Amino acid sequence: MTDITAIHAKYARLIDTSDSLSRLDDIRVSALGRKGEISMMMRGLGEMTLDEKKVMGPALNGLKNDIAALIETRKTALENEALNKALASETLDMSLPVNIGMGTLHPVQQVMEEITVIFSDTGFSVVEGPDIEDDFHNFTALNFPPDHPARDMHDTFFMVPDETESGKDVKRQTGKHTSEQKVLRTHTSPVQIRTMINRKPPIRIIAPGRTYRCDSDQTHTPMFHQVEGLAIDGDIHMGHLKGCLINFVSAFFENDVDVRFRPHHFPFTEPSAEMDVRYERVGSEIRIGQGDKWMEILGCGMVHPDVLRACNLNPDEHQGFAFGMGVDRLAMLKYGIPDLRDMFAADTRWLAHYGFSPLLQANLATGLS
Amino acid sequence: MKFSLSWLKDHLETRATTDQVVEAMTLAGLEVEDVEDPVMKLADFTVAHVVHTEKHPDADKLSVCTVETSEGTKQIVCGAPNARAGIAVAYAPPGTYIPGSKFSLDKTPRKIRGIESYGMMCSAKELELGDGHDSVLELDPSQHAVGQPVPEAVGANDPVIDFEVTPNRPDWLGVNSIARDLAAAGLGTLKTPAIQPVQSTFENPQTVRIKADDACPAFVGRVIKGVKNGPSPDWLQTRLKAIGLRPISALVDIANFITFDRARPLHFYDRAKLRGDIIVRYGQNETFDALDNKNYTATEQDCVICDESGILGLGGIVGGRTTSCDENTTEILIECAYFDPKTIRRSAVRLGVNSDAKYRFERGVDTGFLPEGIELATRAVLDICGGAASHVVVAGDIPAPPPSLDFDPMLINRLTGLSLPGYQVEKILTDLGFRVTAGHTWTIDVPSWRRDVTEGVDLIEEIVRIAGYHNLEAVSLPAASGCLKPTATLIQNRTRLARRVLAGRGLSEAITWSFVLQDHAKVFDGGAENMRLDNPISSDLDCMRPSALIHLLLAGQRNADRGYPGSTLFELGPVYHGTEPDDQALALAGIRRVETIRDWAGNILPDALTTKADALAALSVMGANVDNFQTTKPTGDYWHPGRSGRLQMGPENILADFGELHPHALKALGIDGRVVAFEIWPENLPTSDRKRASKAKGVLELSDFMPVHKDFAFVVKKSKPAGDIIKAAKSADKQLISDVTLFDVYEGWGIKDGYKSLAIDVALTPKDATLTEKDIDALTKKIIMRVRKAGGELRS
Repeated sequence: MTDITAIHAKYARLIDTSDSLSRLDDIRVSALGRKGEISMMMRGLGEMTLDEKKVMGPALNGLKNDIAALIETRKTALENEALNKALASETLDMSLPVNIGMGTLHPVQQVMEEITVIFSDTGFSVVEGPDIEDDFHNFTALNFPPDHPARDMHDTFFMVPDETESGKDVKRQTGKHTSEQKVLRTHTSPVQIRTMINRKPPIRIIAPGRTYRCDSDQTHTPMFHQVEGLAIDGDIHMGHLKGCLINFVSAFFENDVDVRFRPHHFPFTEPSAEMDVRYERVGSEIRIGQGDKWMEILGCGMVHPDVLRACNLNPDEHQGFAFGMGVDRLAMLKYGIPDLRDMFAADTRWLAHYGFSPLLQANLATGLS
Repeated sequence: MKFSLSWLKDHLETRATTDQVVEAMTLAGLEVEDVEDPVMKLADFTVAHVVHTEKHPDADKLSVCTVETSEGTKQIVCGAPNARAGIAVAYAPPGTYIPGSKFSLDKTPRKIRGIESYGMMCSAKELELGDGHDSVLELDPSQHAVGQPVPEAVGANDPVIDFEVTPNRPDWLGVNSIARDLAAAGLGTLKTPAIQPVQSTFENPQTVRIKADDACPAFVGRVIKGVKNGPSPDWLQTRLKAIGLRPISALVDIANFITFDRARPLHFYDRAKLRGDIIVRYGQNETFDALDNKNYTATEQDCVICDESGILGLGGIVGGRTTSCDENTTEILIECAYFDPKTIRRSAVRLGVNSDAKYRFERGVDTGFLPEGIELATRAVLDICGGAASHVVVAGDIPAPPPSLDFDPMLINRLTGLSLPGYQVEKILTDLGFRVTAGHTWTIDVPSWRRDVTEGVDLIEEIVRIAGYHNLEAVSLPAASGCLKPTATLIQNRTRLARRVLAGRGLSEAITWSFVLQDHAKVFDGGAENMRLDNPISSDLDCMRPSALIHLLLAGQRNADRGYPGSTLFELGPVYHGTEPDDQALALAGIRRVETIRDWAGNILPDALTTKADALAALSVMGANVDNFQTTKPTGDYWHPGRSGRLQMGPENILADFGELHPHALKALGIDGRVVAFEIWPENLPTSDRKRASKAKGVLELSDFMPVHKDFAFVVKKSKPAGDIIKAAKSADKQLISDVTLFDVYEGWGIKDGYKSLAIDVALTPKDATLTEKDIDALTKKIIMRVRKAGGELRS
């Protein structure tokens, strides 16, 4: 028995002091290998008496299991030690800068999406029209008679007269305007005309898009964006117009906004109005909703009977409202963008600062932005 | 249109303050643009007395003045020749804002040529009180003590309101009509004095004949003898100066006053300078010297006023110099005419003339005010210049008043939701000058100055405008019927996703002009003559763009020039191939500048295939089946001939071009270095998927068997697109082959010149049973055969 204790102690010490996996394996072979010391001793059991076996059998088995367990424990320890040593050399400076490479979306597109979402709630669907328009859709059908001073309010861009044969052959909606100077639409209102000519009421549409006026200074760019709105049915009146737009501004600015409607004149609506919102200036920041000043934010009115007639609708049967607003300006007011002209310069610093996360999707459940 | 508060009060009995007037105007639709209160503007200026002057030692034109001011005796260096002892002046202490010069004085006194100068003595122009800018404004020291506020001393205490006159309301170009609207809105009582006809004392000696009835339907005239044309009286000068008009002489000032007081332009001829009859006719390519010191040539479209000597002026637009009144004028002919708005407008636009008369005639003046207008003018001339008036001559026919309207007051409620009692409606209309005959339907007589009112809705606007829009109850729109449908268009929903994918891939969204330089447009297969603008905002934006890439490229270069290289930009916007609606297309275009950006990890530069990935990512998220795409070559010359591609479905349907841009194209735009780009056409994506009734996705069939991978290497010509080989291998068994991956492209040792080796991994996924060796062998043979047909030999 003393042998067993001594052997146990000998191997325990050897295992404990082994410093490599190969050395440990040598120890395993010399102890537990086929010709190892402990294996040999176990083989000697066959020559013992029954009584000796009863004592030595369990003792030797215990020795074998103990040593095997010790080797296994030591092996794990040595493996961990080796791994830790290897890991210690595998370092990377976690302060190194990385590029997340995420771009941004333009605030004007963001605001157009916000407007689309708000009006979708009351069933206004989106329609679009061309940027290069004819006189009929941009002016005449909207009750701007030819040679009328009302056209002066729009600094119109004209295309060069189309002298080609193909230009002359095109048939226009009215059948009259066979050859004429095209214009860049001065507002999105021509989409009203295209819509009313092509479908019957009830109509609820909004029409976002590019518009153009020959004007450039701090508050005007030759290209800008508008959203037109149109609701036509049998009994839509000016109270609906007010309700619809009051709901809109509060939803858009995500705030209760105090508004005022003032009479104005547009050839294509009557009665016509402009809507003002209350605001105050705090430092360089403009706060919409409260305050003691008024700022004009959109034009609107009841669709003029002449416009309905131009679209083959009977004003005794159908009536409704229209509105138009400047998207760029709404973007500037809501998101504190100081200069309109920067909107279209594609300066990467500006885009990074005023742009929106690509994963943002304006909706009424999560808020618009 | 500008008017002063006291001028308004000539017509309106009211105690309203300036703020109340502005508020009432705003709520009645007269949009106030500016209010200028001289008392506020000149608040810092006080009267000072000059007690001594002497010449500046170092400057010939400067004098050093000793001035008694509200702040004590001060020394002021002044350049005005009239600065001298004994006069009173308008004094600005240091730090004062000088309105006429648009700057503020220094807060501390400064030295002028070595002599300290404290504050400033101001000219009329610097105070915005007149044109004089060489000399200081002189005041009488006996009337104006030191320290008296300048606004009080010069009588400039009348606030001036500027507002926008909408095209439908030409009558607002006269102060009396403004007063009428404000009275109707409850601000006071209209008190425009009635016009009494003048006693005429002799037969009219001047014959007037109209030979252009359409352009000038009526000409009312009168001769006044024995007038004396000196300066106009102070009250008249003050009225005109307040709104920025320069007094000239009594006769000119009277004409200007009535133009603004009643929106009634007049013309006064010096009768001594007239030769024979006055004839109103169309021009005959005659040139004349106009009062604005310019020459105009009148054509047969322009209405001109002539005598026997020839053309005297453009009727209703601008008079001529040959017959203008001056200080020697003793006999005048007054013209009070009506000109056709369209004729006036066409002539003025073509000749580029503007005048207060033209502004009124092109909008339409009051046809009912011709006889009254001439009486008002006569009365003013007789009162101010003296003389005797002839009988009135009327040539042509004064236009008939506007037709009466039938009006159903119920329509007010139908159109606006507003309920007003009948008497209130009647009062509003009456206050505005309409005559109401009530009944089942009402008959409304429209005043001659309101030709914009032609149907019921025009009356409704007047009624609601005066009643106040705040009285309209806001109600929500009734909910739309039926089930909720998407309100955005298919293209919008698709591009919404595509834009987000591109931004997620590192590109930033920009919006750029729809117009470009024509020469740039030509580089991008556009720039046809019919795509040019007639009146571009600037010469480098004169043509509608054929591609959204142009401005993105220019912007990228601007960013680089500023020190921000590596622009990666995209834009969703229109491009134009013609002027018809169908010629406009929606493009989703982007650029990546191939530019070294210093980074610790080294540079991974974008190449043509980066933009292929951009295009595929965008198309894929828009719902296109990218596996069905063919890769061909773009047709545009602005693409690199070797490093560019086109994605299309079938021979006609082009979905995107991508790759490197041609160095020539970049050079033409002034772009340095290389740029890779893409142009995607979202409208060309098929729409059929969306038409399905059900949103349910197709059944997913998953195989229980492991895929088997087989590797092949094929030798092909270097010019052979790898895509052809992959497609050929796939075609061997569309059921069994689940994927073909290209994992190596090799050229060089072991491969003959002009050839390359493509290594592919073919994944075979059986559906029903494990593949046998025999199956695999058969398929292998088929793959090799298919690839051989496509031009690839198995590499040995």
